[in-house]
Amino acid sequence: MIALALIRLRNLFAVVMLSGIYSLVSAGLFVVMDAVDVALTEAAVGAGVAMVFMLSTLALTTGQEKMPPTHTPLLPLLVVLITGAVLIYGTADMPLYGDPANPAHQHVAPRYIEDSPQEVGVPNMVTAVLASYRGFDTLGEVVVVFTAAIGVLILIGGSHSSRRRSDQDDES
Amino acid sequence: MKQHLVLRVIAKQLLPLILVFALYVQFHGDFGPGGGFQAGVIFAAGVILYALIYGLDATRKAIPPWLLRVGISLGVILYGGVGMAGLLLGGNFLDYGVLADDPVAGQHLGILLIELGVGITVAAVMITLFCAFAGRRR
Repeated sequence: MIALALIRLRNLFAVVMLSGIYSLVSAGLFVVMDAVDVALTEAAVGAGVAMVFMLSTLALTTGQEKMPPTHTPLLPLLVVLITGAVLIYGTADMPLYGDPANPAHQHVAPRYIEDSPQEVGVPNMVTAVLASYRGFDTLGEVVVVFTAAIGVLILIGGSHSSRRRSDQDDES
Repeated sequence: MKQHLVLRVIAKQLLPLILVFALYVQFHGDFGPGGGFQAGVIFAAGVILYALIYGLDATRKAIPPWLLRVGISLGVILYGGVGMAGLLLGGNFLDYGVLADDPVAGQHLGILLIELGVGITVAAVMITLFCAFAGRRR
């Protein structure tokens, strides 16, 4: 429902608000699925900070979507329908959710569950996997965040400060 | 937002709670849900709330931009430094077991430090992004 409203709406302010609500609903869904860490991240990032960023972008640009769609929606609709049908057909072969015999629960998960209390000694197994077993991945994620910040600073922050400097030059 | 008295009063009372909750999520991540990333975002959300209510200049006074830039790099350096420390102490890269006498204590120490690095970087990045967006005039 929320996703449909998101697509139909032309007022970008309402779209941002709805996407925040969507994030919050997904966070609730993650809690229901016992993925508390993911839920906390989704609630904090998706519903909190990302919305503020999008709103501040709207404050810089405009609140209304300008271009009405000019192309005919038939071909995209066909592609979407076919892809969706294939995806739904694919889910028929998926194992049941929460089934202990799933491939995902057979490979490394038992080792983490059995050995991490002795090897790492951290009660929260998600932290143990993220920070210790997959420490290199997490390092990569931090570097990605770092690089993204550098990119935004170059695009937005730098031009701002240089313009302000030129303003000061004009005044003096 | 000088005229919104209710917002200012409520925000002032909420801010310490948000920041303390961020620190709780940061350092309690070993035991409960959470960790550096979530804690950094919550901390940044607190600061962004402050910036929304009290204005960007007050925020810049409280957290100067140079501190944020140092923070962005410091977290990554801390994370990589823990990895290098493991290397120098005779283990593999990011092998926390060698950081202390007891491997489990070493794992605790390593996870605490790298989560702190993640938290510092993420919080500084989020605040910097917000300041970059909000500080830009149309």
